[in-house]
Amino acid sequence: MSHTIKLKKGFDINLAGKAEQKISSAPKPETFAIKPTDFPAITRPKLLVEEGDSVKAGTPLIYDKMAPDVLYCSPVSGEVAEIKRGDKRKLLELRILADKENEFVDFGKHSKSDLKSLDAEKAKETMLKSGVWPNIIQRPYGIVANPEDSPKAIFISAFDTHPLAPEYNFIYKEDEEAFEAGLEVIKKFTQGKVHINISEDKEMLKMFSQAEGVQINKFSGKHPSGNVGVQIHHIDPINKGDIAWTVKPYGVIQIGNLFLSGKYDASKKVALTGSEVSEPQYYQTYVGASIKNIIKDNISGDHVRYISGNPLTGERIDADGYLGYYDEQITVVPEGDFEELLGWIKPTTSKLSIHRAIGLLSFLNKKKEYVLDTNTNGEERAFVLTGEFEKVLPMDILPNYLFKAIMAEDYDEMEALGIFELVEEDVALCEFIDVSKHELQAILRKGINLMING
Amino acid sequence: MNPIQKFFDKIEPLFEKGGKYEKYYTLYEGHRTILFRPKLVTGKKGVQVRDANDLKRTMITVVIAMIPCLLFGIWNIGHQHFLAIGETATFIQKIGIGAIQAIPIIIVSYAVGLGTEFAVCVIRNHPVNEGYLVTGMLIALIMPPSIPLWQVALATIFAVIIAKEVFGGTGMNVLNVALTARAFLYFAYPTDISGEVWTYLGDATAVDGYSGATALAVAYDTALNGTGTVMESFSSFWAEGMYSFKNMFIGAIPGSIGETSTLMVLIGAAILIATGVGSWKIIFSVFAGAWLMGLGFNAVGYNAFMDMPAHYHLVIGGLAFGAVFMATDPVSAAHTETGKWIYGFLIGILTVIIRVVNPAYPEGIMLAILLMNVFAPLIDHYVVESNKKRRLKRATV
Repeated sequence: MSHTIKLKKGFDINLAGKAEQKISSAPKPETFAIKPTDFPAITRPKLLVEEGDSVKAGTPLIYDKMAPDVLYCSPVSGEVAEIKRGDKRKLLELRILADKENEFVDFGKHSKSDLKSLDAEKAKETMLKSGVWPNIIQRPYGIVANPEDSPKAIFISAFDTHPLAPEYNFIYKEDEEAFEAGLEVIKKFTQGKVHINISEDKEMLKMFSQAEGVQINKFSGKHPSGNVGVQIHHIDPINKGDIAWTVKPYGVIQIGNLFLSGKYDASKKVALTGSEVSEPQYYQTYVGASIKNIIKDNISGDHVRYISGNPLTGERIDADGYLGYYDEQITVVPEGDFEELLGWIKPTTSKLSIHRAIGLLSFLNKKKEYVLDTNTNGEERAFVLTGEFEKVLPMDILPNYLFKAIMAEDYDEMEALGIFELVEEDVALCEFIDVSKHELQAILRKGINLMING
Repeated sequence: MNPIQKFFDKIEPLFEKGGKYEKYYTLYEGHRTILFRPKLVTGKKGVQVRDANDLKRTMITVVIAMIPCLLFGIWNIGHQHFLAIGETATFIQKIGIGAIQAIPIIIVSYAVGLGTEFAVCVIRNHPVNEGYLVTGMLIALIMPPSIPLWQVALATIFAVIIAKEVFGGTGMNVLNVALTARAFLYFAYPTDISGEVWTYLGDATAVDGYSGATALAVAYDTALNGTGTVMESFSSFWAEGMYSFKNMFIGAIPGSIGETSTLMVLIGAAILIATGVGSWKIIFSVFAGAWLMGLGFNAVGYNAFMDMPAHYHLVIGGLAFGAVFMATDPVSAAHTETGKWIYGFLIGILTVIIRVVNPAYPEGIMLAILLMNVFAPLIDHYVVESNKKRRLKRATV
């Protein structure tokens, strides 16, 4: 049974550089990296390998001392080339020099029919040691799920509404079998429902819209309607003491592939997008790949920023940097580190703003694609405007008060105002539109960390 | 590179750490950011591109919205002046007199206000804020045309320091800064901001029968003396047709520089609402509250002022100006969307109550807004509490 939830609030950021629906194969990157910083849960990463060790795809590389069961494994086979550390010896990156052909650790094949009878604990064990477990994210807090927990429900958002986001219907069209297998495994972990949330606004792959044994929910509306946090809020909100899990379709497919083939399959399709890309399109690559070969000869701008992920929640990386663990998108936009004469006041149609103080007539050309650079377009100020964040957060949450509670480190207020329901991506639009230019995602994460450690 | 940029680059070392004018870095930076969008870029993680709007743009939009009121006000000073001294004058002459009176007030307000702001910024070493862009214009527009300039300066300093900077600057104030300036004058120099100050006479002599009273004063006196209705008093005013509804709506009446014309205020409101800078909820609910309270008084009908048709309340005095430009100040108003309805509505109601019932001061909007500024956090508190309760209830279901 399904019903449609229509979300009126939100904002679609229409950027230039959408990926054309074709898949190119760039030469396989020479190096790959696992970055503990991709996982907010990891507080004390411990190494399981040393420089010079050879590894297979699926060989564990690191674990978190606070959650030792979850292993983070190598996406490809090769040699541990470099362990990069930052201040106070903080582990930043673990680089692998890849073999030409992948060798895999064998985790044991299953047939599709076996999966139904597979024991949940056994499945969990395989997932933990093979490197696919970090695909399962826990709410509250948006951290890698604790395998000991039994979530009240599991949520899968089958569409992504972020700017320039990859089209799941395109990249996963051949992964039906793996998705079904993955779903079969995931269902074992909850007594409650598994929810697949699909878009009402477009045709969805059958594997999403007609998945069996799950609850299908339809959502329509602007971004962030594709955010799983927003969807959870409208389906079965998270209250104090609740635990829910979320998985991206990619995670479900990876889990399915693990059981069907016995391998940790880290291959993924990523969208290379953004106004500075000559031919925005999809590439076949792997988790943690160096983006060097993908962007090669395909960048038109000369002073650009490479982003692993989307322009709202992504992370700046170097031209030879590495794709984040959860990212299926590389975005390239112009750097904005230049001054602009009277940039704040002159009338313009080339700048995008939800605020009509700039985009007064933008409704005349709704389809216009914008080229945005990385300039903040203003300095940080105290919170002055009110009622703006509410326009882009389709939840019964008062973001302004929540942010102030976090800044004041008031635990009771944070809890009462709904911090359990949010992760960074949910407030990313608030951060985008904030005229006072605060780093709201960082503020939220600070609050979440306080809640975890408090 | 732009020559101005070059100039700034050249003098930058003087203001940087270790430079000769290190202490004044905030001044240097403030000027540079007025001329140029700064080259700041987004951080490593989080949003990588930002909305084009910033606080400066938002603030300047409010200033633009006030320009019709300002221009009309300048004309009206001249118009009232020549009307009071019984001379006919051309449009240009009226504008001339008006500009001579109004522009120094604006200059003083901005110069003194910005000077104070800069001084505080240098002392406390925090960046110069753009909040004063709006406050400076507001202070000028709510002054009587004949106000001594030194009083404007004093009120401005008082408002910027006491109402804003002691609370931490733009975004932190509890009270509306411009209204604090006017309240200061009202309490410190009452004779210069009430009575016959609303028409600039200069050295000329007023015509026989001239009365500098505002519509509010006329209405109040009528009620006090118990002679006839307010409408009769309006129609027998010394200048014929002055207090007709139409004329009061257009704003060719004595009053503060920028607040007499409801029409111009509405144009400003249209700009604020169209650009989304001002809250239409507050504007609408102030008018609604005032009108309903007016109707309520009509029903009581104890004296002539109470009997004045409710819609007259909307065009006389500073109600419209206060509703559009003062009550909507996002910092001192209620912050929650539900709170905005309540906040505006109560301002409307209180304004009319103060006007009709309070014997000391005929204009109510200033006190109503300041009073509700103080209560806005309380309104928000209950709205936030109800959100929390809803959340908690959901948890136990």
